[in-house]
Amino acid sequence: MLTQIHQRYLKMVIFILSLLPIFYIIYQILTNQLGPEPIKDITHHTGKWTLYFIVITLAMTPLKKITKINIWINYRRMFGLFIFFYASVHLMTYIGLDYRFNLKSIGDDIIKKKYIFIGFLAWLLLIPLAVTSNKKMMKILKDKWKKLHRLIYLISLFGVIHYLWLVKRDLTEPLIFLIIILILLIFRLKFKYKSFN
Amino acid sequence: MKNYKYSEITPEKVYNNRRKFIKSVGLGLGSLTLSSVSLLNNAHSLENNLELTSYKDITTYNNYYEFGTGKGDPYKNSQEFKVKPWNVSIEGEVKNPITLSSDEILSLYPSEERVYRLRCVEGWSMVIPWMGFSLSKLLNRVSIKTEAKFVEFESVYDPEQMKGQRYPVLNWPYREGLRIDEAMHPLTTVVTGLYGKALPNQNGAPLRIFVPWKYGFKSAKAIVKMKLVKKMPTSSWMKASPREYGFYSNVNPNVNHPRWSQASERVIGGSLLSPRIETQMFNGYGDEVASLYSGMDLNKYF
Repeated sequence: MLTQIHQRYLKMVIFILSLLPIFYIIYQILTNQLGPEPIKDITHHTGKWTLYFIVITLAMTPLKKITKINIWINYRRMFGLFIFFYASVHLMTYIGLDYRFNLKSIGDDIIKKKYIFIGFLAWLLLIPLAVTSNKKMMKILKDKWKKLHRLIYLISLFGVIHYLWLVKRDLTEPLIFLIIILILLIFRLKFKYKSFN
Repeated sequence: MKNYKYSEITPEKVYNNRRKFIKSVGLGLGSLTLSSVSLLNNAHSLENNLELTSYKDITTYNNYYEFGTGKGDPYKNSQEFKVKPWNVSIEGEVKNPITLSSDEILSLYPSEERVYRLRCVEGWSMVIPWMGFSLSKLLNRVSIKTEAKFVEFESVYDPEQMKGQRYPVLNWPYREGLRIDEAMHPLTTVVTGLYGKALPNQNGAPLRIFVPWKYGFKSAKAIVKMKLVKKMPTSSWMKASPREYGFYSNVNPNVNHPRWSQASERVIGGSLLSPRIETQMFNGYGDEVASLYSGMDLNKYF
């Protein structure tokens, strides 16, 4: 088993690794390596990493159950906060860089384009989870905390539907995300069912 | 990554300078002789057209699903594509159906430079110095029957050479269509080159169509057949998603698309900080083409 100190180091390493995608895109911006539509590249990059962190976060509980080691749960909160981080950068790229805070155009998009609507909704739902992610809020909310944080299941589906709806023709990638997320969600149903019996 | 010969890039600047020179000569002549009104008009429309997109961006950022769905795929996957021999047939409701080789077409109809804006339905745009001539010249050759109401364009089908056609991404071969009056409009161009050079494979060699006031996908590439027909043809994109892609597909900032903003566009080649620009009705060619659609509800016939 890992000692406390080892665990703390491991947490730091994972934290830095989780930031690599944002450093990578900043590096690409600074060295002019993005394509003819740089804003699109940044939007896609941060959007994809939001989905990766959703998958990673959702995988922690199943990994705990399968490996029968509790350590996974120590990192779940951090990964969850990275979902919020990448989703926020993704949203700010769209609002700030792409649309220059032109709130009328953005409002039009949210109402008229269902993929933007559901993506925006997913981000809004992340806010209460991010705000209540610390230990203090856990204590205050008690049983309600668990219920509230089950919102992540809905958010993960909204996120992947957001991707499905925006793709023009080749649905392979969003479908792979959908299948993985569905497997991770079904896993939870199965465990619930077992614990009832 | 991509290999660019430096020689491929530099001519662009020279090219732009030459253009400026020609333009200034044109303006000078225009003020001296009243007969050069068309020259003046050209200069005027160029003024509004901002800067030419770079040769590199025009030839490496393409939507050409026959060579793959990624924007860089057409450049990567089309270099070995054979464009000779190449025949184009013009058939259907015509008195004199004809098959011409691409070489014959090139020698029969001298190409001229045509700088047009390209607006992709995905919300980005370029300004491209095409080489080409009006499609009407070619169509006049076959004596179109009065029953013909539309032209259907068929692109080449060759999955051996075109990787993308091995997957049913679209209904191959690629099909597009225009109403006869749209096809005969002088702006509708048979493209044979760009930047004064032969048309690169990834841009639709050896021959493609370009319709400047419509979204890019209306301008079919690597044409092998033009068929004059009575009924409105169903294009590949209409078949793929009729709700999203209409037959007309005129650039129209007022008609919404489920995915992309049609009210504004990103100019290709801009930096991270360059703002979007407003999309213009008929891509800015309203003076020339709006009359084709007078009395039509463009929300319905999108």
